[in-house]
Amino acid sequence: MSGTESVAFDTPQREQRADTLAMWVFIGSEAMLFGGIFLVFLIAHIDSGTAFAAASKHLSLPLGTFNTAVLITSSFTMALAHTLALQRRWRATVWALAATSLLGICFLVVKGIEYSREISEGLAPVLGLQFRYAGPDPKHAEFFFGLYFAMTSLHALHLIGGIIVIAGMIALWRTANPDNRLHRVEAIGLYWHFVDVVWVFMFPVLYLINR
Amino acid sequence: MTNAAMQGTYLGEGSGPRAWLLTTDHKRVAWLYLISLTGFFFLGGAMAVLMRIELATPAGDLVSDDGYNRLFSLHGIIMVWFFLVPSIPATLGNFLLPLMIGARDLAFPRLNLASWYVFIFGSLFALFSVVAGGVDTGWTFYTPLSTLYANGWVSTAAFGVFIVGFSTIMTGINFIVTVHTLRAPGLTWFRLPIFVWTLYATSLVMVLATPVLAASLILIVLERVFGIGIFNPDLGGAPLLFQHLFWFYSHPAVYIMILPGMGVVSEVLPCFSRRPLFGYKAVAISSMAIAVFGFLVWGHHMFVSGQSAYAGVVFSFLSFCVAIPSAIKVFNWSLTLRKGEISFETPMLYALFFLALFTFGGLAGLFLAALAVDVHLHDTYFVIAHFHYIMVGGMVTAYMAGLHFWWPKMTGRMYSETAGRIAATVTFVGFNLTFFPQYMLGFNGMPRRYHTYPPEFQFWHVLSSAGAVVLAVGYLMPLFYLGLSLFRGARAPDNPWHATGLEWQTSSPPPPHNFKTMPVVTRPAYAYDMKGLEHERFSPYREEAAE
Amino acid sequence: MSFGVPFVPQEASSQAGQVDALFYALLAFSVALGLALTGLVVGYAVKYRIGSKADRTGKRSRSLPLEIGWTMATLIVAFIFFGWGATLFVRRDHPPADALEITGLGKQWMWEFRQPGGQREINELHVPVGKAVVVSLAAQDVIHSFYVPAFRIKQDAVPGRTTHIWFIATEPGSYHLFCAQYCGTQHSEMGGWVTVMAPEQYAAWLNSQGEGETLAASGEKLFRALGCSGCHGANSKVRAPSLDGIFGRPVPLDNQQTVIADDRYLRDSILNPKKEIAAGYQPVMPSFDGLIDEGEMQMLLAYLKSLSPQPTAGARP
Repeated sequence: MSGTESVAFDTPQREQRADTLAMWVFIGSEAMLFGGIFLVFLIAHIDSGTAFAAASKHLSLPLGTFNTAVLITSSFTMALAHTLALQRRWRATVWALAATSLLGICFLVVKGIEYSREISEGLAPVLGLQFRYAGPDPKHAEFFFGLYFAMTSLHALHLIGGIIVIAGMIALWRTANPDNRLHRVEAIGLYWHFVDVVWVFMFPVLYLINR
Repeated sequence: MTNAAMQGTYLGEGSGPRAWLLTTDHKRVAWLYLISLTGFFFLGGAMAVLMRIELATPAGDLVSDDGYNRLFSLHGIIMVWFFLVPSIPATLGNFLLPLMIGARDLAFPRLNLASWYVFIFGSLFALFSVVAGGVDTGWTFYTPLSTLYANGWVSTAAFGVFIVGFSTIMTGINFIVTVHTLRAPGLTWFRLPIFVWTLYATSLVMVLATPVLAASLILIVLERVFGIGIFNPDLGGAPLLFQHLFWFYSHPAVYIMILPGMGVVSEVLPCFSRRPLFGYKAVAISSMAIAVFGFLVWGHHMFVSGQSAYAGVVFSFLSFCVAIPSAIKVFNWSLTLRKGEISFETPMLYALFFLALFTFGGLAGLFLAALAVDVHLHDTYFVIAHFHYIMVGGMVTAYMAGLHFWWPKMTGRMYSETAGRIAATVTFVGFNLTFFPQYMLGFNGMPRRYHTYPPEFQFWHVLSSAGAVVLAVGYLMPLFYLGLSLFRGARAPDNPWHATGLEWQTSSPPPPHNFKTMPVVTRPAYAYDMKGLEHERFSPYREEAAE
Repeated sequence: MSFGVPFVPQEASSQAGQVDALFYALLAFSVALGLALTGLVVGYAVKYRIGSKADRTGKRSRSLPLEIGWTMATLIVAFIFFGWGATLFVRRDHPPADALEITGLGKQWMWEFRQPGGQREINELHVPVGKAVVVSLAAQDVIHSFYVPAFRIKQDAVPGRTTHIWFIATEPGSYHLFCAQYCGTQHSEMGGWVTVMAPEQYAAWLNSQGEGETLAASGEKLFRALGCSGCHGANSKVRAPSLDGIFGRPVPLDNQQTVIADDRYLRDSILNPKKEIAAGYQPVMPSFDGLIDEGEMQMLLAYLKSLSPQPTAGARP
């Protein structure tokens, strides 16, 4: 029973299989959450496709593309962390994890810049702010921006969660034994890739419709 | 409770608040849930009693309009999310799942304790909204009433339910991983007790459906607090979108609520008939089928909502399909009794009452699935009667069956059998008196969520309110005789009912890590009639030294 | 009703009998199955109670023929009831062509109906017996539901949309009208009566109400008052599409698509004119969102539906 975190498991290997399964089940759960909201967007899009396309042009394609590249790179550094952990190269693993979370923070900063830009242009129908939109069909454009803020802020919340977990892992690195380190890296890796995949769907749906 | 006889059991392993509030032992976490859920059950029940007293007369004279609306809203919110959804899984499931599969604990014991704390945290928001004046949107939170017009503590209550959803998901993940990775040697899937099958199916629904509820509640809060108009027609949104999102979760949720009850009954009926469950494989597979099909029928709550007739036809068809696995289980349970040796202890009484009430409520569901009839019955007392027959007559009855069946295992004590049988019968009579008249009310056109009503309906309402009093007595009785048994009950043997199942192969109560030596399984579940074992009474599993 | 206790609701519409037939069939099936299962379970419980001398040889714990048999039987029964219910249900979308058109507006916490001749009723609806009636439902604020138990009909009124329900009343009398979708504080008080009268009495009643302005006439007044005729009128300087015979006509849009000018299109054109631009016209129509309520919307729609096509010079884009 040594080396396992849970009293239920006889060997760390069995526990690791359980941890991986748990993370996949959790990801399935999260997929239903984002799936639900994507479905709302897609159904709304059926009705108001033209308005959505016009409104989408007001989002910053350069910033959105940059952010997509940042997040994909962070998935790369996360995969690197996993490879290094498999090789037991712990110091390098910590560097890779830190790089991942820094890239995540970079994404959030750029998102914040986008948000403040949208707010100053009057495109943020949130918190009672004035919505100023010069294009056709402002009512459905407003709906588009409402969905944009709802979806991207939900994604950002998940990203923040991932960053906090990585920070916690790094902070507690010394006290964890090697087996635990490896399967924790695997678990957070799965989660991080999932958050990236959500963005990979969200980006074209929000930024690229009808360009 | 902790005395010399409890030494060596999980109850003797430390007392005092820290040993309980910081425990990772699944058996103690089960008790934490049991106590909290019992509290919520009686809180929700008190609201129901107030409602029934009001409804004994046509005029609204006990509470105001707003007061009544808050009563039924909170009754629904508390009973659904703070009692029924966690009930059997978090209490009996937590306690028994590791025992039934021969494990020392769940896969993630600390996650288990965390799920209880998340539940309590969420319930604080709900309790706050109760105390601060309540919510008046109905437990269904339909928009645009909930987003633009309701004045109660909507966001707070919705947020509380949102938090509690995480507790459900955590429990679900824990159970799924446990069943996949911690079964004892020899315990193949088709040797699992049906209770484990139903907990597994329930957990799948929990992790896949609850996030959609989270999405719907987030969008309500976003609309109320941040002004984002997803469901507001003036901002290009659609009120019906909410109904689709909400029912996409809430229909599977009713299967979360009933499947574990079906599992309990599948354990009790074989034991007190001394016969294996009839058609074991069919019952296991139909539990999974119910979980899957349950995701496909949400639109049957919306036949008159303005959704297209075509969609209505599709959902009606699928709703009739989902009735089939439940019907199969009823037949299988009934035939389990055949050629048995049937005794009528309290758990068996509850299980038989379940059979009757669940069947009756399920048949009413056929009326509601039939499109043209649903047009007349939707949003009337017929629907209320239907779901109370299933959830109270079914689920709560099954919960009582399970509580009584496993009480000796959980506490090491026997309760008063006479008191148990009386309480069971009182509940059965009180339940029927309360809810059968509601079928009549619904068929005759009495709408639901009505504070006042036309005088011709009073006869049925009076019967129903009288029944509620009887039912309340039946539910209060166990508080007393089960509570008393903790101090005065006879000591329970390891296997008082001579039942199959790994949980009965260890002491009552079990030791801290469940088994002294890990069992190895060689026989099918419910091996009550295996040749050569008639004299055993009963010890079906060979125990071997741990690996 | 015996002793004043309601056991069976009245059947007062052409659909009621058909719905009841399905209901009673379901009831008969449920009672039969319920009795059979009760008999079986109670029978087993008594016959095989512990200590009884019943013959327990030949026990089995599964039987494939039996399981297949009861699965097929339940499937067949289920599909019969499904088909029956669905057949009756889809008729809801096809009101008879000569139906009397009534508009119904639900708002917290009352119903407002308008007869074709303009007579207004609050929480009451008078209809002639034996004639088809179609009610166009709108909701001012939250979702309400129009429910007449005696007719076995129900339909939600949803804000932002028009829904429809039709019936043929077959028995003179007064029948409960309830709001069946929880709508807030006074939901239980939001109801009234549907009064069914013989045709002569209905006509007499209409006369005694006075010829109120028809809905369409109110709509015409509103059309002028809001300035619509300024652009859509025949002598307008601003080029706006002619509205003669607009209802049900195909309208080419500026994005190469064509839509049919139905309730939804007309409503959107008034509240959100920039959503769909008619081909060949500039998007200069102002929005009336927030300037008119649901009742006024019903008037405008009635007016537009009443416009018959006329040849007008130079109207083609």
